[in-house]
Amino acid sequence: MEELLTILRDMHPDVDFETQEHLIDDMILDSLDIVSLISEISEEFDVTITAKDIIPANFNSAKALYELIQRLEDEG
Amino acid sequence: MKKTWVKTGLSAVIVLSSLFLLQRLLTPKYVDDVVEGAFVAEYYQEEKDHDVIFIGDCEVYENFSPVALWQDYGLNTYIRGSAEQYIWQSYYLLEDTLRYETPQAVVFNIQSLQFDESQREAYNRMTLEGMEWSPVKVKAILASMKPSEHFLDYVFPLLRYHSRWSELSAADVQYMFSTKQVSHNGYYMRVDVRPAENVPAGKPLADYSFGENAWKYLEKMTALCKEKGIQLILIKAPSLYPYWYPEWDRQVQNYAEEQGLPYLNFLELQEETGIDYATDTYDGGLHMNLSGAEKLSAYFGRYLREEIGLPDRRGEAGLDARWAEKAAAYEAEKLAQYEYYGIEKEN
Amino acid sequence: MLFTSYSFFGFLALLFLAYYLLPRRMQWPLLLGASCLFYYLAGPVYLLYILTTAATVYLAGLLMGGNLERQSAYLKAHKADLSKEEKRAYKDGQKRIRFRWFLLCLLLNLGILAVVKYANFFIANVNGVLSAFGGGELSFLSLALPLGISFYTFQAVGYLIDVYRGTVPAERNFFRFALFVSFFPQLIQGPISRYGDLSQTLYQEHPFDPKALSRGLQRMLWGYFKKLVIADRILAAVSTITGGPEEYRGAYIFVGMLFYTLELYADFTGGIDITIGVAQALGITVQENFHRPYFSKSLKEYWRRWHVSMCAWFRDYVFYPVSVSPWMRRFTKFSKEHLGEQAGRRLPVYISSFLVWLATGIWHGANWNFIVWGLANYVVLMLSEELEPAYARFHKRFPAAGGSFAYRLFQVGRTFLLVCCLNLFDCYRSLSETFGAILSMFTVPNWHILWDGSLLELGLSGLDYGILAAGTAVLLGVSLLQRRGSVRERIACRPYPVRFAVWYGLFLAVLLMGAYGIGYDASQFIYNQF
Repeated sequence: MEELLTILRDMHPDVDFETQEHLIDDMILDSLDIVSLISEISEEFDVTITAKDIIPANFNSAKALYELIQRLEDEG
Repeated sequence: MKKTWVKTGLSAVIVLSSLFLLQRLLTPKYVDDVVEGAFVAEYYQEEKDHDVIFIGDCEVYENFSPVALWQDYGLNTYIRGSAEQYIWQSYYLLEDTLRYETPQAVVFNIQSLQFDESQREAYNRMTLEGMEWSPVKVKAILASMKPSEHFLDYVFPLLRYHSRWSELSAADVQYMFSTKQVSHNGYYMRVDVRPAENVPAGKPLADYSFGENAWKYLEKMTALCKEKGIQLILIKAPSLYPYWYPEWDRQVQNYAEEQGLPYLNFLELQEETGIDYATDTYDGGLHMNLSGAEKLSAYFGRYLREEIGLPDRRGEAGLDARWAEKAAAYEAEKLAQYEYYGIEKEN
Repeated sequence: MLFTSYSFFGFLALLFLAYYLLPRRMQWPLLLGASCLFYYLAGPVYLLYILTTAATVYLAGLLMGGNLERQSAYLKAHKADLSKEEKRAYKDGQKRIRFRWFLLCLLLNLGILAVVKYANFFIANVNGVLSAFGGGELSFLSLALPLGISFYTFQAVGYLIDVYRGTVPAERNFFRFALFVSFFPQLIQGPISRYGDLSQTLYQEHPFDPKALSRGLQRMLWGYFKKLVIADRILAAVSTITGGPEEYRGAYIFVGMLFYTLELYADFTGGIDITIGVAQALGITVQENFHRPYFSKSLKEYWRRWHVSMCAWFRDYVFYPVSVSPWMRRFTKFSKEHLGEQAGRRLPVYISSFLVWLATGIWHGANWNFIVWGLANYVVLMLSEELEPAYARFHKRFPAAGGSFAYRLFQVGRTFLLVCCLNLFDCYRSLSETFGAILSMFTVPNWHILWDGSLLELGLSGLDYGILAAGTAVLLGVSLLQRRGSVRERIACRPYPVRFAVWYGLFLAVLLMGAYGIGYDASQFIYNQF
C-alpha cells in the first residue's frame, strides 16, 4: 500500500490519497495519469492491469486500486 | 383532489383561450392589402338563394358585377372567386355551395385548366382558409396541398402564421372577431385605368394538352351539375394575359360540344361586349376595371336571361331590399375609389 | 421522421398512450416495434443494415457468453484437480476461441460502417493519386448511408467489447438486444449508450409516473427551445457565411465562427435534451451527454464535458486498450531506456492519443477536414500537456492569479475561442478554404462590418438578432443556474402559478419564435403579388 501511495503522491503531490475516494468522479486523475499509473504499477508490483479493469470503481481511491492489485496478484 | 381539478381546469382554460386568441390575432385578416383572401369566407354571411354562382379565379371576381346583373336583369348572382383558384378548389367550392343552395346555373372560368397541380401555397391558403369546416373543406385541402404543406397547418393556422407577430397592424386587432365587407357579392371593384399595350404573345409550349388531374375535376364538375340539374356554363374571360392559347381553346370547345355545354370565349366576343382595352382594364389587360366588368355584365346578363332562360326576380320584396342595400354600398365604394384615384366622373 | 416534424409528435403521443395503457410487460416490445417503425419510415433499406448489426453482434455475444459460462463451470468443477498452469492454459485457450468470434464480428460491423461511410472518400483520394500519375479512375459506389449508423454501430460494438471482456453478461433475448441497438430516441444523434447503463431501465416495467412524464416533457420542451428558437434561426447566417468563402472573410469568419458554435451547441444539446426527455417520459434513463462544456477552463476539460458518451467510448475502447497493451508496455520500457524517464513515460500516451484523435476525426465524417480537425485537437491537447510545467511555474510565482475569478474567466474565454476556431473545420468543404478563412481573420481588416449594418445582410433581420440575443441570454442564464443542480427540480418547488407561467411561457416562446414552417417567414407570403 505504501509503495502505491508513493507512486500516487509523485503524480499529484497536492492530493491526500489516503482519504480521497472520488479520484475519477472528481476528475483528479485524468486518462493520462491512469495510463502512467498503470505503467508504474506494472513495474512495481508485477501485475498486468488490462483495459477492462479500468473502471471508476477500481480507480476512485487508493484503497480500491490496492485491492485491484491484490486481486490480480492472486489470479496471476 | 378537488383543488387539483380546479388547478388543471383553470390552466386548460388559460392555455386554450390564449392559444385561440393568438390564432385569431395572427391569422391574416385580408381587409386592407390583399382583400382577395377574404372573398371565400364572405359567402357564408349571405342569404343563399342565388340563381347563378360563378366559380373561378380573378377572371371571374374582377370581370362580372352582380350588382349590375341585378339592376339590369334582375339576376340574383354570387361570385365564389379567389386568387388563382385551382380547378379542384373550384370544384369543391361548388360542392360547398351546394350544401346551402342549388342555383339554376353555374359559371366556370376555364383558365385554371392549365394547372395540373397547385402552384403556390399562398393561393392555397387564400382560397381554403375562408371555407367553413365540413368534409368538403377537408377534401379541398387534401386535393390542394403541395408536398411541403401540412394538413395540421390548416386546422391550426397559428402554426402557419406563428411568426406573424412581428408584422401585426391595427387591423389585426380590430378584425380579430369581426370582419368587414370587402367584395360586392364576390366582385372586386377597381375603377382606375391602365390601358393594355404591348401585350406579350404566348411563348410556344412543348405540350398544349391539359393535365389529367385538371380534366378529372372538370368532369366531376360537369357530372355534379348534371346530377343536380344545374346548367353549367363554361367561359373564358376577356383577359389578354396570361395568354390563352388557341390549342387550349380547341380542347375546351371540343369538351363543351361533347358534353353539350355552352362555352363563351369573351376574347372573341369583343365586338359584342364592346370591351375597349384602352379604357376597360386597370392593369394593362390582365383584369377588367369597373367599366369593363359592367360592359361584360351587360352582355352576359342578357345571355343568361335570353339564352339560358333565367327569370327576372326584380319585384320580390326581400330581394329588392337586399339589393338596394348592396347597391348603396357599391355606389359608395365607386365614389370613394374615384376620389382615391383622382378620377373625374361626369354623372 | 425528424424530431421537429408534426408526425414525430403524433408518433410520440400514440406511443406514450399505448406505453402506459397496455400491460406493462408489453412496454419494451412496444418500444422495439416503435423503433423499427421509426427506422422503417426513415428508409426501409436501412432496417436491413441495423438488423444485420443487431443479429451479428447478438450472435457473437451469445457465443462468447456461452463460452465464458462453460469456462467458469469447467474451472469450478476442476478446481481441485488442475494446477495453476493448467488453469491458465485452459483459460488462454478459451480466450482465443472467444477472441475469434469477437474479431470476426468486430471486423464485419466496422467493415460495413467503413464501406457505406468511407468507401467513396477512399475512392476519391485514390483517384486523386491516380490522376497525379495520369492513371484511370475508379467509379464511386452509390450506397445509402443508413440513418445513425455511426451511433448504433458504436453502441453495438461497445456491447461486443464489454461481453468479450466479461464486464457485462451476454443478452440472451434477441429482441431485447435489438431494442438496445435501435432504441429510437437516440438513433439519430446518440448518445452512445452502454449496455450496462441503458439495460438497467430499458426493459423494466414502468408504472405510469406523472412526475417522470412531466420532467421528460419539460426536458423535451427545453430541447425544442434550443433547436427551434436558436439553432434553426441562426442557421441562415451561418450558411450565408460558410457558403461564400470568397466573399465572407476576415471579421465575417469571426462572426461565423461564434454563430456556428452557438448553432452547433443549441442544435446538438437540444437534440440530446429531446432524446433524454423522451426516454425520461418513458421511465428510461439515458446518460447525459453534455456537462455545460463551454464553461471548461481548458480543451482537455472541454473534451470531458462535450459529447461525453463518444469521448468515453474512444477512451475506454481505444485509448486504454492501446495504452496498456503488451506491445505498448514494451515500447514504454524501450523509450524510457533511450529517451529518458520523462519522455519515455509520455511518448506512449501521445501515440495512443494520436490514434484516438485520428479515429475521432474519421468518425465525424469522411472528409479530410474532420481528420485535420481531430489532429488539431490532438496538437493543442499535447501542447498544453507539454506546457504544464510552465503553467506550474507561473502559478508558483503569482499564486494569487490562479484562483481569481478574472483568471478563471480568462481561461473559460480562451477555451471557448479555441473551440470556436477548431469548429471552423466543420464548416468548410475543403482544407484550403478552412485555412484561408482562419488566416483571413488576421489579415483582412474589415472589423467595421460588426457595426455598419453588414450583419443585417446575412439573412437575419434586426428582430432575428433580438430573438437570438434573448434566447442566448436564457441559455446562458439556465447554464449558470445549472451549476447548483437541476433547474427543473428547482422550478418544481415553486408554487403552481409560477411553474405554470415558466413552462407555458417557454412553450409559447417555442411556438411563436421557433423557426419552423413553410419558408418559415409568413411575411413573404402576405406581400405576394398577384
